[in-house]
Amino acid sequence: MAALPKFIGERVRRREDPRLITGTGTYVDDIKLPGMLHAAVMRSPYAHAKINSVDLSRARNHPGVIMALSGEDIGDKIGSLPCVAPAQHVPVHPVLARGKVRFVGEPVAIVVAENPYVARDAIDLINVEFDPLPAVVDVEKALESGAPLVHEEFGTNLVTRAEVTSPGFEKAMAEAQRTLKFRLINQRLTPTMMEPRAVLANWERGYKQLTLWSSTQIPHLLRSQLADMLKLPENKIRVIAPEVGGGFGAKLNVYPEEALCAYLSMELNRPVKWIETRRENMAATTHGRDHVTYVEVGFKNDGTITAIKAKFFCDMGAYLHLLTPAIPGFTGLMATGCYKIAGLSFEQNLVFTNKMATDAYRGAGRPEATYLIERTVDMVAAELGMDPAEVRRKNFIPKDAFPYTTPVGLQFDSGNYEAALDKALEMVGYQKLRQEQAEAAKKGRYIGIGLSTYVEICGIGPSALLPPKLKGGGWESATIRIEPDCKVTVLTGTSPHGQGEETTFAQIAADAFGVDVDDVTVIHGDTAVVQYGIGTFGSRTTALGGTAVLMAAQKLQDKMKKIASHMMEVPPEQLIFTNRTIALASDPSKSIPLQKVVEAAYGYKQPIPGVEPGLDANAFYEPSGCTFPFGAHVCVVEVDPETGVVKVLRYVAVDDCGKIINPLLVDGQIQGGIAQGLGQALYEETVYDENGQLVTASLMDYAVPKATMVPRFELANTVTPTHINPLGVKGVGEAGTIGSTPAVVNAVIDALKPFGIRHLDMPLKPEKIWRAIQQAKQTMKG
Amino acid sequence: MFPATFEYHRAQSVKEALSLLKRLGDGAKLLSGGHSLIPMMKLRLAQPSHLIDIGGVRELSQISEEGNKILIGATVTHSEIASSPLIKQKLGLLADCAAEIGDVQVRNRGTIGGSLAHADPAADYPAAVLALEAELELESEQGTRTVKAQDFFVDLMTTALRPDEILRRVVFAPIPQGAGYAYLKHPQPASGFAIVGVAALVTLGKDGSCEKVRVGITGIAPKPFRATAVESALTGKKPDSTALAAAAAHAADGVDCLSDIHASSEFRAELARVYTRRALERAIAACKP
Ligand SMILES: Cc1cc2nc3c(=O)[nH]c(=O)nc-3n(C[C@H](O)[C@H](O)[C@H](O)COP(=O)(O)OP(=O)(O)OC[C@H]3O[C@@H](n4cnc5c(N)ncnc54)[C@H](O)[C@@H]3O)c2cc1C
Repeated sequence: MAALPKFIGERVRRREDPRLITGTGTYVDDIKLPGMLHAAVMRSPYAHAKINSVDLSRARNHPGVIMALSGEDIGDKIGSLPCVAPAQHVPVHPVLARGKVRFVGEPVAIVVAENPYVARDAIDLINVEFDPLPAVVDVEKALESGAPLVHEEFGTNLVTRAEVTSPGFEKAMAEAQRTLKFRLINQRLTPTMMEPRAVLANWERGYKQLTLWSSTQIPHLLRSQLADMLKLPENKIRVIAPEVGGGFGAKLNVYPEEALCAYLSMELNRPVKWIETRRENMAATTHGRDHVTYVEVGFKNDGTITAIKAKFFCDMGAYLHLLTPAIPGFTGLMATGCYKIAGLSFEQNLVFTNKMATDAYRGAGRPEATYLIERTVDMVAAELGMDPAEVRRKNFIPKDAFPYTTPVGLQFDSGNYEAALDKALEMVGYQKLRQEQAEAAKKGRYIGIGLSTYVEICGIGPSALLPPKLKGGGWESATIRIEPDCKVTVLTGTSPHGQGEETTFAQIAADAFGVDVDDVTVIHGDTAVVQYGIGTFGSRTTALGGTAVLMAAQKLQDKMKKIASHMMEVPPEQLIFTNRTIALASDPSKSIPLQKVVEAAYGYKQPIPGVEPGLDANAFYEPSGCTFPFGAHVCVVEVDPETGVVKVLRYVAVDDCGKIINPLLVDGQIQGGIAQGLGQALYEETVYDENGQLVTASLMDYAVPKATMVPRFELANTVTPTHINPLGVKGVGEAGTIGSTPAVVNAVIDALKPFGIRHLDMPLKPEKIWRAIQQAKQTMKG
Repeated sequence: MFPATFEYHRAQSVKEALSLLKRLGDGAKLLSGGHSLIPMMKLRLAQPSHLIDIGGVRELSQISEEGNKILIGATVTHSEIASSPLIKQKLGLLADCAAEIGDVQVRNRGTIGGSLAHADPAADYPAAVLALEAELELESEQGTRTVKAQDFFVDLMTTALRPDEILRRVVFAPIPQGAGYAYLKHPQPASGFAIVGVAALVTLGKDGSCEKVRVGITGIAPKPFRATAVESALTGKKPDSTALAAAAAHAADGVDCLSDIHASSEFRAELARVYTRRALERAIAACKP
């Protein structure tokens, strides 16, 4: 047999893809249980209204309807939806509205019927008497006196105000020779995962056990929260996340329909399924971003930035979901980006409005931070007439300053920001490009070059950094079994939903045991099968879950070496795993087949002193700190001055996510990430009108970039390993989104420089650009 | 998303479809490619009690040439039109327009009859159909009548079709030898429909002046229209940049433009002017002496 290669670092194709491409994966909606019923939810058409009455009689009498319930029917039988992040005012969040509705799309009643058509028909037969109230939609106006109150009991729409000022901030600001003040809007976005939410609950009366299939990123955390809400023991709830068609953070949550389907199944002793429609997904699955920020930056004439001050108004929406008030914190703390800026001070006002709650969305606070600082750097460059690349170089945290402590106390593990920028500029041919830009300008063409150099946080830990109420920390778990036939089973506490860890974790395990990647099966997303774990979000899965896999593998390696040592009569320290054998490190030809060791472990005919039978090990990995990936993106655009249309001509990205397990998957994450970040820059915006009606209520109006709207990417990496974990990996799931948005915006603003335009808020739609140009022309004339 | 209850009927012929239409009355709707009607039903914006599927009616699915006319059956799909050698050769403007519609799936299912009958103000075809001065054959049990494209579009999603009528086919005169044409579209970024779509068709005279100019515009108004002010401003003129700009400036004259989050009425009017000028430039550049 040919020698097996090492798999870490190879472009191993995703083992998930054949089943996904051929439609043979199993999503929640593919699961059909005998006697299964279907639920549909009646939702508020108003942003803010008193509920005078809910009349379900016609719906209940409709043939095929089994049950219909309102918020009053549920009462306290299902507990409040959880928000685990600390905040001054945390409202009760009922699964069905009681007394009042607070956003368009809020669940008001639920119907269960023999089929989804009847359930949907019955929704139209529900008669709710609403008393519309004035809605509060604007995050700043919400804090004015006299603004309608989303939750009267608090007497204010302010959720929390947080203030952080680094020591020495005043001095740093005083050292500035100039200051600039401006306002930035980081607009609300709709995560738009491919598969909307989906739930199937099955209460097995005989076993007093609930099985809940949900399209979630956090099966274990969901189980813990449901146990609270439904007052069931955790070991009587089994949560399964089967194939999950993306989440982007919006499925890092606990939703009304999960508890409702569970409750209904328990009431009816029949399985109950609910599949979210796209319209429901857009109205009632968490949104992202939505900050208005006032920035003040102090800098010197040579481009050195001394201090940043920011005042945020962060729109939380009507209720606080699982981590809603925790997200803006990352923005404030990361606002100095990859720069050595001495002073940082920020105030964050988290605000209730009559809209869907915001929560984590790809990047969760770091895209907002990166946008803030990267626009700021470009503003400084424009003000000083300096090249934006030079201002960046001037301010980078130098590569010999790591580990680096930021003014607000974050510990950056490792970095080499200038190397990433150098590489990106070289790839794009920066100097030549600037000349071409100048040439084009003479011909009336508006070319823009935008840079973004970012740093972000991944693999958040240690556990002390996470809210105590989360019932889970910054750690992750893995179990590895070597089966009697010598095949390897990996059980991970993470919950991949598109990222591809069935492939990367198999690579890690295959290398550990010297087996083929196809000898490894990775199992995740079933709380009855997998030990407690935390899930997949925050680009944590490989840094934390991958390390847990490595640690469990090492435990099992130790045991197998002991067995082999006994069989080969050599000390265990001298043994290695290679090519399906355990061999002598100094002379791999002296080896014993792995299979023989496995047989000895399971057969156990000749007991080995100090070694238990079986081959099974688990590990819980608690990191000592977070990892901080970084990179440099360059975007080149052309703006059509007559129509305001932006065309992306080139896109170069150099990303550094530490060591790379699988370059193919890293590229894929970056590409998808850039597409989403570019979406925010140019197209995407969740729009509510002044009455709180959702205008972007479908994909006919909410513009997600399609393949034809995205350029070809020129990708590369630098590799700066982290010392935080033994794999040396940092995380890459969100980096593309974080880096790209400001690169695109900076490019467009650069193209508009001849018009004297310094800033436009996203999304940079043609009309916005066209109007700015018209106005600039007027001013130039006048 | 789940539509309300309906009954499904599959017609084998135009005759059968017409008799079903008459018998089932108001609650009945024809179903062609389903790419406008079914989304509306899923959103319950349309709740027909009967669907009469004409997708299998052979006589509606043909492209043919009779005398000096090209006839396109109502159920011919966008992708058939975009790829038909006959259409590409003799009605290139229509083929180009069809290729701009939606994506591959939409073009494989959606039909010209369905698109025209639906009369979405942002649909692509109307621009080309107007510029090509097509005629539409409408048939009922009472007989067949022919309506000019210009008279077919009445208002927002309203056409000259009566409830008992079927749009049977669209009749075109081939584009004259040497004429130049272009279809230019500014897509709405979410839906892909036209915020503005301009179809221009120009024939140059021997002296290089514009002999015949036809401009169809879709997207900016409740109904698509022929920009006659542009046409007459350019006819007889040498198509230099001044003349083109001056003519195109009339693209939105007298039009009450639509407005939404993607483009205000003011911007739609401006886009119409810019795209009209550019479409004319391209059409003229493509003219062969
Ligand atoms: C995702 C998506 C993107 C799209 N993008 C575009 C785009 O960019 N540009 C564009 O122009 N269109 C676009 N469309 C619409 C598409 O072109 C539709 O196919 C077309 O508008 C309707 O044709 P149909 O055959 O599907 O009609 P159907 O949906 O079957 O019918 C539409 C209406 O016409 C009536 N009807 C159908 N046939 C006849 C007939 N022969 N006589 C009388 N009445 C009839 C029906 O009763 C119905 O009211 C898009 C559609 C989708 C789903």
